[in-house]
Amino acid sequence: MKFQLKNIALLLITAITFSSCTNDNETPFVANELQGITKIQEITNDTHIVELYSATGSLQQGYNAISLRIKNKITNAYDKNATITWAPLMQMTTKSHACPYSAVAKTVGKETLYNGYIVFQMAENTMEHWSLTVNYTINGVAFTANKQISVPASAKQRVTTFTGTDGTKYIVALIDPVTPKVATNDMTVGVFKMETMLLFPVVDGFKVKIDPRMPSMSNHGSPNNIDLTQSIADKLYHGKLSLTMTGYWKINLQLLNANNEVLKGEAITDLVPASSIYFEVEF
Amino acid sequence: MSLWQNKNNTITNRGKNFFLNQKDQKSTFGLFINLFNMKKIILLMVLQCLATVSIYAQEQTKDTITPKDLNEVIVIGKKAELSQKQSKPLATIDEYLQQSGKIEMIKRGSYAWEPMINNMATERTLITIDGMRIFGACTDKMDPITSYIEVSNLAEATIKSGQQGACHGATIGGAIDLKRNRSNFADLGWKASVNTGYETNNNQKILGTAINYVNKSFYIDTDFMYRDADNYKAGNNQEVLFSQYRKFNISTTSGFLFNKNKLIEGSIIYDKATDVGYPALPMDVSLAEALITSLKFEYAPKSARIDKWETKLYYNTITHRMDDTKRPAVPIHMDMPGWSDTYGFYSKAKGVLDKHHFTADLNSFYNRSIAEMTMYPTDPNENLMFMFTWPDVRTFYGSLFLEDNIVLNTNSSLKFSGSLANHFNKVADQLGLESLQIFYPTMKDSKSRILKSISSNYSYTKNGFVYGFGLAYGERAPSVSEGYGFYLFNSFDRYDYIGNPGLKNESSIEGNASLGYANKKFSAKLTSSYFHISNYIIGKPDATLIPMTIGGSGVKIYTALEYATIFNTDLNLEYQINDRFKAKGQLVYNYGKDFEDKNLPFISPLRYSATLNYKKNQFSSEIMVQGNATQTQYSPFYGEDRTPDYAILNIATSYLFVVDGSKLNVKAGIENILDTYYSTFSDWNSIPRKGRNFFLNVTFSY
Repeated sequence: MKFQLKNIALLLITAITFSSCTNDNETPFVANELQGITKIQEITNDTHIVELYSATGSLQQGYNAISLRIKNKITNAYDKNATITWAPLMQMTTKSHACPYSAVAKTVGKETLYNGYIVFQMAENTMEHWSLTVNYTINGVAFTANKQISVPASAKQRVTTFTGTDGTKYIVALIDPVTPKVATNDMTVGVFKMETMLLFPVVDGFKVKIDPRMPSMSNHGSPNNIDLTQSIADKLYHGKLSLTMTGYWKINLQLLNANNEVLKGEAITDLVPASSIYFEVEF
Repeated sequence: MSLWQNKNNTITNRGKNFFLNQKDQKSTFGLFINLFNMKKIILLMVLQCLATVSIYAQEQTKDTITPKDLNEVIVIGKKAELSQKQSKPLATIDEYLQQSGKIEMIKRGSYAWEPMINNMATERTLITIDGMRIFGACTDKMDPITSYIEVSNLAEATIKSGQQGACHGATIGGAIDLKRNRSNFADLGWKASVNTGYETNNNQKILGTAINYVNKSFYIDTDFMYRDADNYKAGNNQEVLFSQYRKFNISTTSGFLFNKNKLIEGSIIYDKATDVGYPALPMDVSLAEALITSLKFEYAPKSARIDKWETKLYYNTITHRMDDTKRPAVPIHMDMPGWSDTYGFYSKAKGVLDKHHFTADLNSFYNRSIAEMTMYPTDPNENLMFMFTWPDVRTFYGSLFLEDNIVLNTNSSLKFSGSLANHFNKVADQLGLESLQIFYPTMKDSKSRILKSISSNYSYTKNGFVYGFGLAYGERAPSVSEGYGFYLFNSFDRYDYIGNPGLKNESSIEGNASLGYANKKFSAKLTSSYFHISNYIIGKPDATLIPMTIGGSGVKIYTALEYATIFNTDLNLEYQINDRFKAKGQLVYNYGKDFEDKNLPFISPLRYSATLNYKKNQFSSEIMVQGNATQTQYSPFYGEDRTPDYAILNIATSYLFVVDGSKLNVKAGIENILDTYYSTFSDWNSIPRKGRNFFLNVTFSY
């Protein structure tokens, strides 16, 4: 019994020592604000520095979840109550166009962060670049900041742009899984259409059929995938993606409208090994 | 201790000793239990009660009549006289087992045949080495337990049909216990023997040694065997590519006797096979390695009701690596290693009380089975494709088996046995669990099952006749592959198999009957057994699934048929024609159907063998004919085709030279003399069997 008590006492002392250590070392909330995200770049104007963040610290072709915060150049303080919109633009040699993007909202549980997403349907090249304009209002005063941003091509296909049989131009982007597993993964996709060169709203009530395949292994598939349908909450399309092993998977797609008519994409058969629209994952 | 008080001194002392030992046992067990699960203590207590009960009432005299057992025993022989009884003493263990009418071997090459008992393969049977549970590490059943020991280690193989084999675990078809050699204390001193052999067909070279030492209280037996074989040739000199193998086996058993009736024995087997070809399969094996260890304690009270109490702790580990690097034109190169580790114990007491000869066996094991598959894409920039084919499945099993063999009178006896077991499975790897959850989204990581077995046998002996009749019920849990396998390719029906963790226990109701007659010259025995197996586990194609394996026909999910029935009957005859000539014959018939009256796979057609022996002094010779009728009841649904009939002819001769106490035994023979090209119903993908083969086995012992 004595022995046990001794042990318990020792354990308690150890516990206290360690917990006090943690208290001493606790980092200020700023670091906590940026947990899990890395700065991409800054966009500066006369008054503010707009800092852009993402999980990887870079942007790429396809869907990008982006966080930002606005630093006052004079006070060095981060603004907590701004109203923000953004406008990405691709400046091509002959024309310019925008891309699908969300509104910018205050990040839940954070003090200074705002977030949204942008789907870059094409990558930059030596002649053609994306730029991002951030418009924001602080205490009734409007500001704007603009800068070229770097959007390289993604290693694997994460977004596809096509014209459907209804003549409309669609953009379908892979959002989840970001880190695929050998499991039934939750899959999320954004479906957008091009209304004008600058307006790419979310499409409602469609369906995205998926058929994941491994071209390196006789194009075998996986069972119990669930086709994606739109959720009312986030307007995105959700389903289930089964991946039975690691490696390179091609997720063949078919886009169906509200009447269940196929707008683009083919069912996979022995003669049709791949659909004309697809995503790729490799892990 | 009041139990001991009315006994005389010696008994009391012995009682104390016994008690001490019991304590020792307990502490040994304690360690073991801590490793796994505390709840087994309860079972342990049950055993102690049993042990106590067994020592109770010691005044009774022993029965002179021992009850009849209907088991079949294949005698392989003591080391020293290994070659006395067999025509080809250095045959593989597979060739030995094949002699039984209850056993057929599935062949995927010339090495590591898979034994079937009553036409039931590994999942439905139980193969133990000296009571130890060992589980192969290959998802494709390329390493049955029998492949990890050598014939020179063995004294005998006890084959028990159906629930009579339930002593060491749950089974449906029956059990084989491979019993190892052990020196006895009657024959003191050093002994050594050298075995060598050569076979022409596959250029097989065999070299073995055995060294034994015994003194009054100590013995050590060592054994070494090496085999190296090239590709074999089927009839008409057709070479079967990828049928080579090389293996060695080394084993040591050492025991120490103290207080005259207590024995402690440690044993190690190390077996390593490399470069093993499996011509019937798309892959070979680069390594199959097993380390099998045990520590046994035996106690034999001299006049107590317990004849023998034996407790064993064991551990074994198996590594198995499949290899396709030597095959030409592989669609995709893959690695498929597997590992299986088992920790276990049993404690078994045998005793006599009035007319009751009883056995109690408490046994438990913990097994960990992992197998994985890594595929290498043609494009080197692509990531490797990896999956668990056995997702780190842990099995914890604990069982209590009780048997009472009652001598009714001088002619008849009645045997009852029953067992109750807990079978617990857990998928320990998260990736593996999530892989299976692709198929079974609501699947839990663990599952517990209760397995029951009960059997009764009646036997009657009079005027040379022996009649036997038995009824039994038994259950088994799905195997690791059946429960948790993930895309296991079966090259027989070319389907990928997916395990099903929700499978019910398979249960069997069985009836058996036997009739035997023996006099000085003639003996005959007819045995039959019938199994009605409910929830019969088998793979069923799911047309909605796409096979993973390149060139696969589809995917089968393990499911349960409502029921299946299997019937076996075998007739063995022996006639001693005169002092020199003896004739033997065997006829076996099997039948197996599912509930829709479709044939089951791997059911033997009518098969037969006949042998004529000649023996004079140190010379003996035999001629044997062996064959199968055409397989008419085959199962195209499970990938079988019609196998034509065949018959082959073998001869063997031997001569024993005895010089100054040393023995030189020379045996030579020809198998498949007519060089017939044939394959049998149990040859995987109908690969042909060996053509003409000359063999020479020489054993020198002193």
